[in-house]
Amino acid sequence: MTNMKKLYLALISICLATNVWAIDPISLEKQYVEVSKQPSLATRGEKFFTSKHGKEWSCATCHGMPPTKDGKHASTDKVISPLAPAYNNKRFTDEAKVNKWFKRNCNDVLNRECSALEKADVMAYLNSLK
Amino acid sequence: MKKIMPIVLWLLSQAAIADGNVSPIKIPDKVKAECAACHMAYQPGFLPKASWEKIMGSLDKHYGVDASLDPQSVKEISQWLTQHAGTYKRVSEVPPNNRITESSWFIRKHRKISDQTWKNPKVKSKSNCMACHAGADKGNYDDDFVRVPQ
Repeated sequence: MTNMKKLYLALISICLATNVWAIDPISLEKQYVEVSKQPSLATRGEKFFTSKHGKEWSCATCHGMPPTKDGKHASTDKVISPLAPAYNNKRFTDEAKVNKWFKRNCNDVLNRECSALEKADVMAYLNSLK
Repeated sequence: MKKIMPIVLWLLSQAAIADGNVSPIKIPDKVKAECAACHMAYQPGFLPKASWEKIMGSLDKHYGVDASLDPQSVKEISQWLTQHAGTYKRVSEVPPNNRITESSWFIRKHRKISDQTWKNPKVKSKSNCMACHAGADKGNYDDDFVRVPQ
């Protein structure tokens, strides 16, 4: 094997081992935990998810409670597929989509961005739903 | 008669396409994916260019919700919307709040619809075209296809 081939193989195995391309709900939770430098807590995530934060809606208003079934958009009635990853394997697999919706929905519910810890907690709660 | 039947059918289909209430525009996948994530992808001809520009320039405050998008998507979708925006006289006027439902033609077309119908939970909002115009997402607003929920 040439040195070049060895290098490629090494690079590919690093990528596979650390999963740099794909995201999944568990690694996403870990990622937020790392940024927040605090452990996540599913119970805190559940409370955050069901509470209003000074505005009209909570996360559960549109995603339902528990978010294991179809939800309904509060203003348009558009059906929203289940949010809990165990009930919808497409959830939290596309990083750009995750970022887009966290930004929008945190703004609609809290009138600000969510902190890394809040996101870690919500992910812990969603990942706990089986 | 048998021989001319295909021709008759073809003529009928052309008549349906030419109907003023049918807007058979092909909506690009990108527009469908982003706009129709929350509501029906409204046909661009329902609003003038100036309205689409204002809407696409303030997506973070989109009729009560944050619908912000990455700059590349905003650019792509804006381009398509403004290119196909309404140009004929009725639509050239910018409606209040850039809302299709506040356009004078919309109000006139729906003047016989009762308050009760608008408040029906199956309708919920004037922006819910599909509640009565089942083919709205395909551009079909023909009166013959209207089914008002009871």
